[in-house]
Order: sequence, then structure tokens, then C-alpha cells
Amino acid sequence: MKLNERSLAFYATCDAPVDNAGFLYKKGGRHAAYHRRWFVLRGNMLFYFEDAASREPVGVIILEGCTVELVEAAEEFAFAVRFAGTRARTYVLAAESQAAMEGWVKALSRASFDYLRLVVRELEQQLAAVRGGGGMALPQPQSLPQPPSLPSAPAPVPFLPSAPAPVPALPQPRRPSALPPKENGCAVWSTEATFRPGPEPPPPPPRRRASAPHGPLDVAPFTRLHECYGQEIRALRSQWLSSRVQP
Amino acid sequence: MRYNEKELQALSRQPAEMAAELGMRGPKKGSVLKRRLVKLVVNFLFYFRTDEAEPVGALLLERCRVIREEPSAFSISFIEDPERKYHFECSSEEQCQEWMEALRRASYEFMRRSLVFYRNEIRKVTGKDPLEQFGISEEARFQLSGLQA
Repeated sequence: MKLNERSLAFYATCDAPVDNAGFLYKKGGRHAAYHRRWFVLRGNMLFYFEDAASREPVGVIILEGCTVELVEAAEEFAFAVRFAGTRARTYVLAAESQAAMEGWVKALSRASFDYLRLVVRELEQQLAAVRGGGGMALPQPQSLPQPPSLPSAPAPVPFLPSAPAPVPALPQPRRPSALPPKENGCAVWSTEATFRPGPEPPPPPPRRRASAPHGPLDVAPFTRLHECYGQEIRALRSQWLSSRVQP
Repeated sequence: MRYNEKELQALSRQPAEMAAELGMRGPKKGSVLKRRLVKLVVNFLFYFRTDEAEPVGALLLERCRVIREEPSAFSISFIEDPERKYHFECSSEEQCQEWMEALRRASYEFMRRSLVFYRNEIRKVTGKDPLEQFGISEEARFQLSGLQA
């Protein structure tokens, strides 16, 4: 597959915010040795360089759809980036300290575009709710997105974890009549509005979205949701377990 | 640069934000317009031969510019080489607008800025940080200070 590698390389070394950086040992292959590389996490891309001063990455791990777990390995502070699918590669990485490992596991677990998009949609809705509906024009900071105008247009409520769950269309109430979702290959989601009365919605319990409407939604999203929470829980649990056995 | 091609291929099979058959012309001089199935999945734009299951290629949409071209067309170029354009022809004005809107919002960096924006707006109205309920208010990637000026 062709890929715009030159642009990727520029993205790797540009001034955009780095989400994590540091040395990690990367296992070459199943029976290969570990190589120490300089890793840079930016968005859902994990780049690795020969060293911190290199101008171009040796490679990149596209993180979309991955899970991050602690692993049993000869190497201390090891963790794995796993992908679904048969014969999918598992990347075994090792940090140089417990703290570094935990930092990486946390950062990588939340690195997917899908996750970010979920959070953004959630906040969009919350903002709509606290503003009580009605088309309020918010001030437009220069390079920031236009907040969707508030609703008569219903807001989709996905809260989906990372792919392979079906991805709903972005809420774009300002668009002229959109193509029916099926043509775009998008799943049709519930279009119930979820605006809560009152000035402030009660804060939901941590990491549980009680308010997601379940109207026409089928079972699949729930299992994906469950798996998504499971990812985080697995990672945290592993962390906790390993921190218990340490003397 | 090495990359996990299998995962990228798997990603290309995920349900898309937008998918349509468009005319596409590569950035090289003398490229010919070809019909391609173009599919937007997260921050990647995949393009397929219309009768094939595996994509011909993918474009990571970070730090790109989407520009209107005539007629009913748009181009994607990247900050480091703005003259190198991937050209797409749509079947209508409306389709062209839809794609351009979708592509402009399709980068991780755009999403991140959106998040910071909403976070601040909500904080202004409610006095509370909406990320606290998710336990991610301390995440480096969501801090205002992390934004490019």
C-alpha cells in the first residue's frame, strides 16, 4: 500500500504537541533481540528513531485499534501493543523504569483517534446541555472548530470505543442535506436528543455513561463499550498486580 | 519508514466516515485522473481501485491543507510541500463541500483542539472541568499548554 511517508516523517518531527517521548527497548521479532530506540507518541502514531537526535524515524506503529497490556517477559518493565486479527503482530516494548512503563501504558491506551473523538462528542453534548439548547453563537477562536449549532438537529450519542465498532457520522447540522448514512458506509445511530433540563447535568459516575439512549441501537455497541472499558481496566489491573509483587 | 501495513489494511476495512467514488489524480506531474473509491477512516484517507478490496494507498491527514479546485473538486496537500497536490473530483458541488468539511475535521490535531475548546467552554459555564469525570483531566495530550500557538 502506498502511504505518504514523507508527510509522516514531517509529522514525526514537527512542532506539534508530543504526547509522550522517551527511550524504550523494542523487540525486533519473536526471537530477536531488543533494540533501544527513541520513541515519540503523537496522536495515534508511535514513531521510533535510532536515537533522540535522528532527523527521520526508523518506523512508526499506527496505533488505531490496538490494546496495551503488561506482559511477562525476561525484560523488566515490559508491555505489549497488540492488535486484533490473526497473524497480527504484537509489539513488545520495555521501559527503563516502573514509572516510565506506567506512563507509556497510560498514554498508549488513550492514543486512538476514536477515543479522542468519543470524548469530543461527549463534551459537545455537555456543552449543549449546559447551554440549555437553542442556537447560541459561541465566539470563534481562530483556528478552532465551529461548534455545531444547537439543536433542533438531534445529537447522536455514540460513546464507542476504538474500531472495529461502526463509526457514526460526525454531527454536522450545518451541512446541507447529507447523503443517507448507508451510502457513506456509516452506521445509523439513535438520533434522540439527550438534553437534560436544568442548568447543570448531574455528573455521571466515572467512566460510565448512563444517559446513552439505546433506542434503535443494537447489541454490538454495548459489547464494544464493555471491551473498551475492559482495556483500561485490564491495563490498570495489571499495573496494580505488578506493583503488588514488587518488593 | 517501516509501518504496520497489516493494521493499516485492517483499518481500511472499518466503516468509514465518508466513502464515495471520486476522480483522483496523484501529485506527480503528468498523472492521469482515475476513478477511485475514496474512504475516510479516522485520520486516514484510503483510496481503492473500484473493484478491489485492498487499498492502492493511504494518506495520513495530519498537517494537510484542503483547497477548493474547479470545478467541484478539491485538492489535499501537506504543509511541508504545498505544491504537491492530490486532486479529487466530485460529482457535484454539494459532494465537494461535504468532503472538504469532513477532511478539515479529520485530523487528530483538529480533534485535540476541539476538545480543548469544549473543555474550556464548559469550564466557563459550569466552573467544572468536564474531563474529571473521565479521569483524564491530567492527561498531557489534553492540556491547553500543549497546543501550538
